[in-house]
Amino acid sequence: MAASSATKMQVTEEVIIQMSQVNKWYGTFHVLRDINLTVNKGERIVICGPSGSGKSTLIRCLNRLEEHQSGDITVQGITINNDLKNIDEIRREVGMVFQHFNLFPHLTILENCTLAPIWVRRMPKADAEAIAMKYLERVKIPEQAHKYPGQLSGGQQQRVAIARSLCMEPQLMLFDEPTSALDPEMIKEVLDTMVSLAEDGMSMICVTHEMGFARKVANRVIFMDEGQIIEEKEPEEFFNNPENERTKLFLSQILDH
Amino acid sequence: MTTPHKYVRTEDAPLLPPPATEAGITGWLWQNIFASMSDFQSLGAAIRSLFMILFSLLLVYLFIDQTYGLIDFAILSAVWSDPEGLKREVCWTVQQGGSLPDGWHGACWPFVWAKQKFAWFGPYPSEELWRIYLSLIVGSIGLVWALRERLPYRRQVGVLMLTLYPLLAFILLTGGNSDASFTGIGVWIIVGLALISVGRMGAAGHLGTIFAELAGIFGIVGWGIIALNVVRGIVAVDFNLTPVGTGDWGGLLITLVVALTGIVASLPLGIILALGRRSEMPVVSVLCTIFIEFWRGVPLITVLFMASVMLPLFLPAGVNFDNLLRALIGVMLFSAAYMAEVVRGGLQAIDKGQYEGAQAMGLSYWQTMRLIVLPQALTHVIPGIVNTFIGLFKDTTLVSIVGIFDLLGAGQSAIADAAWSTPVQAITIYLYIGIIFFIFCFGMSRYSIFMENKLSKSRRH
Repeated sequence: MAASSATKMQVTEEVIIQMSQVNKWYGTFHVLRDINLTVNKGERIVICGPSGSGKSTLIRCLNRLEEHQSGDITVQGITINNDLKNIDEIRREVGMVFQHFNLFPHLTILENCTLAPIWVRRMPKADAEAIAMKYLERVKIPEQAHKYPGQLSGGQQQRVAIARSLCMEPQLMLFDEPTSALDPEMIKEVLDTMVSLAEDGMSMICVTHEMGFARKVANRVIFMDEGQIIEEKEPEEFFNNPENERTKLFLSQILDH
Repeated sequence: MTTPHKYVRTEDAPLLPPPATEAGITGWLWQNIFASMSDFQSLGAAIRSLFMILFSLLLVYLFIDQTYGLIDFAILSAVWSDPEGLKREVCWTVQQGGSLPDGWHGACWPFVWAKQKFAWFGPYPSEELWRIYLSLIVGSIGLVWALRERLPYRRQVGVLMLTLYPLLAFILLTGGNSDASFTGIGVWIIVGLALISVGRMGAAGHLGTIFAELAGIFGIVGWGIIALNVVRGIVAVDFNLTPVGTGDWGGLLITLVVALTGIVASLPLGIILALGRRSEMPVVSVLCTIFIEFWRGVPLITVLFMASVMLPLFLPAGVNFDNLLRALIGVMLFSAAYMAEVVRGGLQAIDKGQYEGAQAMGLSYWQTMRLIVLPQALTHVIPGIVNTFIGLFKDTTLVSIVGIFDLLGAGQSAIADAAWSTPVQAITIYLYIGIIFFIFCFGMSRYSIFMENKLSKSRRH
């Protein structure tokens, strides 16, 4: 099953992310240590690891929500540095979904979705609304378009957040623990949305502990600990045959209960 | 098969109506009035309940007594008219030489009617009063239009009220035709244009990275200078109106001019200062902090004194700008500092995730602030903002210290009129002024509550 759906998901040769020797400190704390990572267009990467291992920091460096101090990060051929223009350009091409959704509570669902296309892409309002409705249908909640985020369940809010990112038609989606703040009964609807996105060939990097999701859609699983990438394997290999002791410990803790 | 020690429900428990103490009028009375004073189960509780009952009765009595006293003074016992033109004698008792019974105590409204024009507009020339009326009528219509729900073009009217209306009112009230030189205005406009183009070049990255971040400020300052000088230019045009200097303004007119200018200017200034104080650029942040702390650290009276007495000493001879304008600027900057702190409180309540959500979608700093952060932050602090507005409205009375006669100042000088000298003269005019202040402040307060309700309904969190 996993293999059959994976074949539909084409990985290309085109490099979308290139991180080399990236280091980052919070004050004196060395949070990312010598990160080297290459992601091709169409790849689905799952990053896991214990809390505080730098997973979120890593993906937040990819759209400059966090600043790295040394090393090079290139996204879509654009180098992330202090040039605001580059950062703006990258943010237009990279969508991000957060643990706590970060929807704008004072705007309706539709306005949440059309905001960036209108103000960043300078799209006419009618076009932006058409696109927003398309993606709201895609995440199966077009009927909620005129409600406010506070009127929706957690799972629905997270699907809106995914639709909101998709409205910018990004080349790459970053997911920062998208299901961690959800009630158990709502996790599935969000994961289903993410799976269907993966099946359509979207490049994705997900920080998540949903190992079922990793098995199903990831073509690489990355395990991080203490700011380093410790193990990087295809999912079957990763779960059945982990090499590093810390990976084994981590897997035993999250799978054996 | 029965299991005697396991209880398994076989049907749903029925939904029961609430007890009388939880619903309806009885419930309300019980929860709000009787619950706290009807416990006679023990001696201590009975004493407490009795005390509560007596205390409540006392409060109700005092309230009714005071309210009746006020109604009696202001309405029932008051003298309302002076048909024979007796002036002060109409409010005199027999003992004092008039015709009212001894021991009479009531408001002397004919005195207020006689001083009405003075209390409202001060020494403003009577034949030019239509200009004030016109400004007030246009202003009230515009204000109601902009603040009312469901009226068409609300936004546009609001924008006109903030831009064109002050200009119109200024020209109407002063007569326009100021002596600003058109050459000077032209030079300033060129300076503004130059600043804007420098800002544009900076934003395009021609002048280095650090400059690119400051480019926005150049643009804002440039546009500010241009707008200011366009206004100066329009005001300098001769509209063939009799000039009325601000020295001839007074009363409620001054109160409204000072309060409205302060209110309208302090919100945008306060927002900019609050954003500046939270800025990551250290220079901006430090400057804004110094500004805010300076203006919050001095009393308004000091500011007004400095503006009207000290400032002219520092200015070169011959340079003299209007006393009212100086007081206005003082009030404006003073209230902006307070507003900045209120707005900053709102900004701090906004979750970091909101900024990140906006940034991740590629919104710029100003877009994030304008579209995401400020609408939420300002909604949170509506009570604080209106509180500052109300405080400002009442603080305008301080301008009478520097010789500008606002409503209170005009009222006080009316008391000095011996033709109306009666024992109730002062108390009547103070009551009148109090009522006017109350109407304005209470109106603002109600509108703020209305806004809060409206926003919390549409944005249920």
